[in-house]
Amino acid sequence: MLHENICEKGFLDEQFVQLEELQDDDPNFVEEIATLFYRDSSRLISNIEQALEKSPLDFSKLDNYMHQLKGSTTSIGARRVKNECTQFTDYCNAGNGEGCKRTFQQLKKEHSTLKKKLEAYFQLARQIGPVETACRPK
Amino acid sequence: MDSFPAGLRVLVVDDDLAWLRILEKMLKKCSYEVTTCCLAREALDLLRERKDGFDIVISDVNMPDMDGFKLLEHVGLEMDLPVIMMSVDGETSRVMRGVQHGACDYLLKPIRMKELRNIWQHVFRKRIHEVRDIEGQECMEEIQIMRHGSDLSDEWHSFSGGELNSAKKRKDLENKHDDKDYGDPTSVKKARVVWTVDLHQKFVRAVNQIGFDKVGPKKILDLMNVPWLTRENVASHLQKYRLYLSRIQKENDLKASFGAIKQSDLSSKDTDGSPGLQNSLDIQKTDAASGIYGMCGNKTIIQNADPKFHEGELKGIVSMPLVESKKATIHDIPEPPKASNSRTAPNHAFVPLETDVKYGRFDSSVRKQYSWCEVPQTQFKQEHKVNLQIEKGFNHLPSVGSRPFTREREKPGYMDIKPSYTKRSTQQIRQAIPIGIGAYSFPVESENHMTGFQASEPILSTTTLSMKNHGLSQIFINNNSAFASADGDLLACLLQGDRCTSNIELQNKESLNYHSQDFFTETPAYVNETQRFDYDYPWETMEYPVIDQGLFIV
Repeated sequence: MLHENICEKGFLDEQFVQLEELQDDDPNFVEEIATLFYRDSSRLISNIEQALEKSPLDFSKLDNYMHQLKGSTTSIGARRVKNECTQFTDYCNAGNGEGCKRTFQQLKKEHSTLKKKLEAYFQLARQIGPVETACRPK
Repeated sequence: MDSFPAGLRVLVVDDDLAWLRILEKMLKKCSYEVTTCCLAREALDLLRERKDGFDIVISDVNMPDMDGFKLLEHVGLEMDLPVIMMSVDGETSRVMRGVQHGACDYLLKPIRMKELRNIWQHVFRKRIHEVRDIEGQECMEEIQIMRHGSDLSDEWHSFSGGELNSAKKRKDLENKHDDKDYGDPTSVKKARVVWTVDLHQKFVRAVNQIGFDKVGPKKILDLMNVPWLTRENVASHLQKYRLYLSRIQKENDLKASFGAIKQSDLSSKDTDGSPGLQNSLDIQKTDAASGIYGMCGNKTIIQNADPKFHEGELKGIVSMPLVESKKATIHDIPEPPKASNSRTAPNHAFVPLETDVKYGRFDSSVRKQYSWCEVPQTQFKQEHKVNLQIEKGFNHLPSVGSRPFTREREKPGYMDIKPSYTKRSTQQIRQAIPIGIGAYSFPVESENHMTGFQASEPILSTTTLSMKNHGLSQIFINNNSAFASADGDLLACLLQGDRCTSNIELQNKESLNYHSQDFFTETPAYVNETQRFDYDYPWETMEYPVIDQGLFIV
């Protein structure tokens, strides 16, 4: 089941569950949040990408972007992406440019994987209607 | 308003649109009335336009247009609303900073419903304390009854905003003031002291006299010799002042490290504007500068400060809304933009001057306020005038790199004081006045003003503040010279500062001991004295609404 998959594998955390609970009579709420998340996070990722191409690296700027991105990931509960953010921040604080770049590649991967899963999820949700929530607490 | 806390009016400020939407949804689920804003400046404008339109503000710490802490300060100083900070970063130092700036709570993202459900307690707590302050000890029993026995929803009614309600309450208070029968404590709308330039000067002067590290509200109060002012008023003002000073100090330190780097660099840190002011700082020679802090919603204001400053003319007057009832610890008042830099770079501190920025409307309101002064006092010409002497009054400003509050401006200890302050007042901090940010855009890089303080008397032109519409932005002018002149005369002028004239007696009645016991050991001898405030002042009927805004006069 897509629902279990998306949560069990740790792509999303309990924040996502909370969002679903908030849905109430607003069936598009979670999707709306996901859309906002993707908009913001994509923009930030692209900014970070540009910043990573500069030399020397401006770690404080990178840190700033990452902080915003992290905040964004918490909105939808993007656990894996958030973990990459934390990793990136650590490298950033250590001034480790290579580490940052490596982590960033991972981050982008997680980000796009999640996007696909969410798209599939919403599509399914639209088909079956607001019945099941994606991640039920065990 | 049927059942407290339903209908609590919350303003949420966050640049993250996803969170803004989530919080909106969550708060609505709590039956709160939500307004969202993704820009700090917009939020400030909104708050200023709708005075008493909100009960609590929730804001993210990191925002592109303005640092969340600055917003926190502005809100605290100008509107005196409880502010909750949020962030994805829960690092202790950040949280501490939030608390120091007056946040009544600090939430970590992701935020849970249960955390939001309880935010009403901050509003309630604040109201209770205001009432206490106002009511004074004699009314304590009423408060007890109120707290324990009365109907929560009734209180909520009282506390809830609604122009009608507050206006009515105020009227009630005014009517009552003669009898000094306060009846229902919950109907008291907190009285705000408007810290006019003169009042602030008195304050700073007193602080300097006492010595920054030895300063305490009671001592200041005694020295100031302003009968209607309460210890709480002074305490909360002192708190803000400290916060301001520490900020200036930091900026000073930063500047120091840059040496004579052009101010623009320094200022750019905080402000977006051009460092026009900085040059003007030279003028004053430090004194002037230090004394002035512009309460500017946005730093750019300062930046654009009018260089005429050098005469010490401050264009804007920032008034600091002082909520007497605030027990909150006094946050350091953001350092006022020092007009003059003792050090090297001229401080552009004079924020307020800048009139250009948003405080267009301010002019009129400033004038209004000053008009009070005029009425009773002729001496107080300065107020209206644009020239205010800024004395080194700003001793309280941390001297560049050194501590504030010394005549010589070298009081180290400022930073030390802070922590202890914080300690004592932890609970108060919660309710604390979020240090008003707006005006303190002292960002002033004018930190240097500390040294400059000694100076002579820069004149600040307060009235010309062309602050946008912020009636609240006023420049804090440290005008020692003013103090020197005529305490008694000033008094009258200062009185007008009190926003709720009718509430003055209430304030007087407050039990200074109430809060202060945690903080200060001395008992306020003043308490009784305040009783003699007798409301004969003509300005009682004056521009009430203006006062209400809790002008922060810098």
